[in-house]
Amino acid sequence: MAATQVIRSEWTKIRSVASTVWTLSLAVVVTVALGTLISALSKNEFGDMPPQERLSFDPTLLSFAGMTLGQLAMIVFGVLVVSNEYSTGMIRTSLAAVPRRAAFLASKVAVATGLALVVGMATSFATFFLGQAMLGSLGTSLGAPGVLRAVIGGGLYMTLIAMFSMGVAAMLRSPMLSLGILMPFFFLISNILGNVSVTKKVGRFLPDQAGSRIMEVIPRVRDDTPYGPWGGLGIMALWVIAALAGGYALLRKRDA
Amino acid sequence: MIELSGLTKRYGEKVAVDDLTFTVRPGIVTGFLGPNGAGKSTTMRMILGLDHPTAGDVRIDGRHYHELADPLTYIGALLDAKAVHGGRRAYHHLLCLAQSNGIPTGRVHEVLETVGLTAVARKKAKGFSLGMSQRLGIAGALLGDPRILMFDEPVNGLDPEGIHWIRGLMKSLATQGRTVFVSSHLMSEMALTADHLVVIGQGRLLADTSMADFIECNSRSCVRIRTPDRERLLDALHGAGITAVETGDGLLEVEGGKAEHIGELAARHHVVLHELSSRRSSLEEAFMRLTAPSVEYHARTEPPERPWGADWDTGTWRGAADTADPATKTTAEG
Repeated sequence: MAATQVIRSEWTKIRSVASTVWTLSLAVVVTVALGTLISALSKNEFGDMPPQERLSFDPTLLSFAGMTLGQLAMIVFGVLVVSNEYSTGMIRTSLAAVPRRAAFLASKVAVATGLALVVGMATSFATFFLGQAMLGSLGTSLGAPGVLRAVIGGGLYMTLIAMFSMGVAAMLRSPMLSLGILMPFFFLISNILGNVSVTKKVGRFLPDQAGSRIMEVIPRVRDDTPYGPWGGLGIMALWVIAALAGGYALLRKRDA
Repeated sequence: MIELSGLTKRYGEKVAVDDLTFTVRPGIVTGFLGPNGAGKSTTMRMILGLDHPTAGDVRIDGRHYHELADPLTYIGALLDAKAVHGGRRAYHHLLCLAQSNGIPTGRVHEVLETVGLTAVARKKAKGFSLGMSQRLGIAGALLGDPRILMFDEPVNGLDPEGIHWIRGLMKSLATQGRTVFVSSHLMSEMALTADHLVVIGQGRLLADTSMADFIECNSRSCVRIRTPDRERLLDALHGAGITAVETGDGLLEVEGGKAEHIGELAARHHVVLHELSSRRSSLEEAFMRLTAPSVEYHARTEPPERPWGADWDTGTWRGAADTADPATKTTAEG
């Protein structure tokens, strides 16, 4: 059984269900619309900002503001791609066709990741350009130092969030349980842990807190974060590897 | 060929499959019979490498399932008709299975035609009736044109036409020299389709025999007689070397006798008969006797009742197995 066969099969699977289209389009629309809106609003408020805030004003990061919500759609995409197999019982048909479970999971994750990467990059560039257009004279350009890295990083961030969700879903199997843990975690809990001073030291090593660092261009005031943009993305990648490894270990061990 | 040797599956304390050893041979339909909860589905999942055996081994044509390159071209299985993503069209469901095993796309159209789903190939599976889902599952099993086919309770929930179609399909697959392994909890169903029987109860092997032998051993016949001239008939029977047993209510029973024979004998001796009937214990009864100690969920005792659909298309086997007395009763179902 060639790996290309399984990848073709997974591509057929992912393109033949409606959830792929609506989760990914939602990720694009929410991220871009919200990023554009917040950029437009910020432009009007810039004049009223205190000088300290003006110094750390980061037009690149601002255009990515919609990602806080848009990433939730990416999480749903990642969760559904994997857990649909379990909730429908399709997993037994799938594993009977592809009994090598490593090949099965790797192909599924590879196909979904490829798709998430294309959509994530398109979203990142779209929200950046529209956001800068809204910011007008306050905006920046791709040529400015660190900006291209941040924009590519935004696409990678969305991809990694989807991959992490795939790993978690592979471990938990149930879509409701996976979403019930991931959505509040990334929307609320992680933000709280990363911003409350007591838990900040730990919180900033959480996948989204570390990974989103790549989208910052202007350094924060009194920043003591022990990693840089790529270091942060690396930490997020480690979380992804851990989640997927856990998912594979359980898939291999479990009865289908 | 499917070979099981000492196959065992335990869930904690509970033994689902207990040291099963048997072989499923090509060219015939092998029925896999057992009450609900006997371990049939678990055994089938282990054959497909979906569940890991606690002990023992199962091989497909000498190899473990996961060692088969493109397994769908060796063995096709229908375990659960509803194990399909409801939002996916029938065509795409089969296409993704075909692609994963390097089966040409043209084959998808062929199997859709075979199972009669061509008209709904572009419909989403969630709109399918159980019968249509069953056909889709069978299409998936036939996809790789495999030498071995395995079906778990394929007639469950089907209408008479669907049941008839599946019976015919299984027989024709076996006639083509394929290995056909089909499970059921209904003896009557097996009697119609299977050439060989493997019976399990509580995960243990209870019988591994040809259908003909099973019928031979398990369908005892007897002749029941009611007469006002009991003594004279007994004398006549005795004179002919026939042993009759009194069963109360003035009834006599002759084990293994022929009704015609006894009627003629009575006529020669001018004995009046009020009743003369031949009875056969049904295969269903034989199956229940065999599995009674191992039925997991006993139903409360109810008046005997024919299983739903038991009188369809039964002409072929009623003569051989079941007769006048409709004392068949459904297996206790959980």
